[in-house]
Amino acid sequence: MTEEFAIDVRGMTKRFGKHTAVDHVDLQVRKGEICGFLGPNGSGKTTFIRMLCGLLRADEGSGQCLGHDVIKDSETIKREVGYMTQKFSFWEDLTIEENLDFVARMYSLKNRRETVRQSLDRLGLTARKTQLAGQLSGGWKQRLALAACLIHEPQLLLLDEPTAGVDPKARRDFWKEINELAGQGLTFLIATHYMDEAERCHRLAFIENSKLLTHGTVAEVIAQSHLTTWAADGADLLQLAGQLQGRPGVEQVVPFGNTLHVSGPDQAALEQAIAPFRTPQYNWKQVPSGLEDVFIHLMEKPGETVSR
Amino acid sequence: MTNGRGFSFQRLWAIVVKEFIQMRRDRLTFAMMIGIPLIQLILFSFAINTDPKHLSAAVLLADRGPQGRALLSALKNSSYFQFVRQVQTESEAHDALARGEVQFLINIPESFTRDLLRGDRPTLLVEADATDPGATGGPLGALPSIINAALLNDAKGVLDYLATADGPIDLRVHAKYNPEAITQYTIVPGLLGVVLTMTMVMITSLAITRERESGTMENLLSMPTRPLEVMIGKIVPYILVGYIQMALILAVSHYMFHVPMLGNIFLMMCVTLVFIAASLAVGVTFSTLAQNQRQAMQMTMFFFLPSILLSGFMFPFRGMPEWAQAIGEILPLTHFLRLVRGILLKGNGLEDVIRQLWQIALFGVVVLIIAVLRYRKTLD
Repeated sequence: MTEEFAIDVRGMTKRFGKHTAVDHVDLQVRKGEICGFLGPNGSGKTTFIRMLCGLLRADEGSGQCLGHDVIKDSETIKREVGYMTQKFSFWEDLTIEENLDFVARMYSLKNRRETVRQSLDRLGLTARKTQLAGQLSGGWKQRLALAACLIHEPQLLLLDEPTAGVDPKARRDFWKEINELAGQGLTFLIATHYMDEAERCHRLAFIENSKLLTHGTVAEVIAQSHLTTWAADGADLLQLAGQLQGRPGVEQVVPFGNTLHVSGPDQAALEQAIAPFRTPQYNWKQVPSGLEDVFIHLMEKPGETVSR
Repeated sequence: MTNGRGFSFQRLWAIVVKEFIQMRRDRLTFAMMIGIPLIQLILFSFAINTDPKHLSAAVLLADRGPQGRALLSALKNSSYFQFVRQVQTESEAHDALARGEVQFLINIPESFTRDLLRGDRPTLLVEADATDPGATGGPLGALPSIINAALLNDAKGVLDYLATADGPIDLRVHAKYNPEAITQYTIVPGLLGVVLTMTMVMITSLAITRERESGTMENLLSMPTRPLEVMIGKIVPYILVGYIQMALILAVSHYMFHVPMLGNIFLMMCVTLVFIAASLAVGVTFSTLAQNQRQAMQMTMFFFLPSILLSGFMFPFRGMPEWAQAIGEILPLTHFLRLVRGILLKGNGLEDVIRQLWQIALFGVVVLIIAVLRYRKTLD
């Protein structure tokens, strides 16, 4: 069974002094899957990723990563995993080609020159290979980082907020690349804050306050939240929002342009709450809860673990 | 109502307050603002003495008469000289001078008292280690008047005949190793140590801190490489840089300032390697302590200042009070200066060199242990 999982870890825990940064997190990701890793800032995403790639030693936990023991074989795992840091972390005073060549040397690759050439080609960096990395725009920097992470042909890529500060076009190209690679059997764990990116993932994991809150496909995560959402449009939505806020059964009131989304975990209570406002002035309809609604819902109920 | 276009004291004050808050947060800068003036004040006013006293001297006393001893006590009372040892043979005396154990050698010949009383003007030979002319200049200049006063005090009355125009004795001063007292001979080789200290400590501490500050260290460590490979790999280029600096300084000092090179150049290179290693160890240690490049730079200054002032580079080492000399003895630059001057100007060999070299090596090892302990902590 373990063969089909690229990541299969249990009880991963990391403490920094008194603070527990990651608290008994279990995670399973199948081979070839793109797993979105969601959670507010400081929830422990980066720490968890660092433990997986051997940068930090876990205080507790067990399991395997690419078939290797996640605690004992961290050096072996390092060779088969690509890790892209949150902040651009290649050498800004080296050219694109020099950066890739350095990485290729670090992984002791055979046919180094050929590998670097192919890598430049595949990500469309050949024309810019003599440009200093520090002079690149955000989108190109991210391409370079991806190319560098892929150069040793890893089985698993750990990407820590790879598209922060990248324009929509570059983001779309980036995701296209990721989908192609996943099709070739690569596994991804991608930390992100963007809901549209989360929706592109096969599977999601929510982490909040160092604990894993929920885990599953997009549809599963939404269904598990038992969140009901009604949308209203009409005039004076702001006034309506003010009146709904804080009523029993109403958890979130979020304006989306010309419509207002009202959500709550208890369908009956929510419907009761909006009943007085179902006047002809507003046009009400029930809509599927969005991932963002679920995300906010999970964040506002700290400590409550939704069962899988 | 202010329209916000003119000069606003409110905004000015806001910036002043923000500056003070930031100053208080950055403890190292604050420590430097207070520490550097304090260190300079203490060092310049208490430690540094441009007219050094109590310089170590050895005596080769062959004369058994009273005049020889009178002369010695006069030299001692002058407070310029401190007789640290009495030597028996000339070769023992010269060894002590070559190793820098003593800076002066006073040679009172066998028949000193007899010749003096006869009016034969006996020879008094004073040999000085002039590798640091700043230290020997004062005592040598004062020597004739000390001697005349000592001998002529006794000469009142019956010995009046000694007070001739030439003086009672024939004083011969040999300023060894640097007879013309050329300051370049001292300063230029000394600069080698100063330049190496500055660049080696600063460049390594900056290079490693920069890697951490820009996040590339995290990337590097996520690759299959060991911390030791990273450390050594980052240090090796600077050893080469250190050698290029050494070659440059030695070439310029030899061809432009005609500084003699009596010793073995290969020995010089070995000694320099140990010194470079010790300096790099300091740089690595600073990089494990500093949060950013600016702090690394400040720490370098904290190390550099005492190094330059207390090592004997700028001011005579023996002229400093004991506590300052004790601090100086810890610093690698102090020993390196003695080594460079010893090898270049005195032609010191391996045996003389080891006496100073182990102290630099010990310093390097201790600092490196601190670096390794600190480095482990910063990883996790």
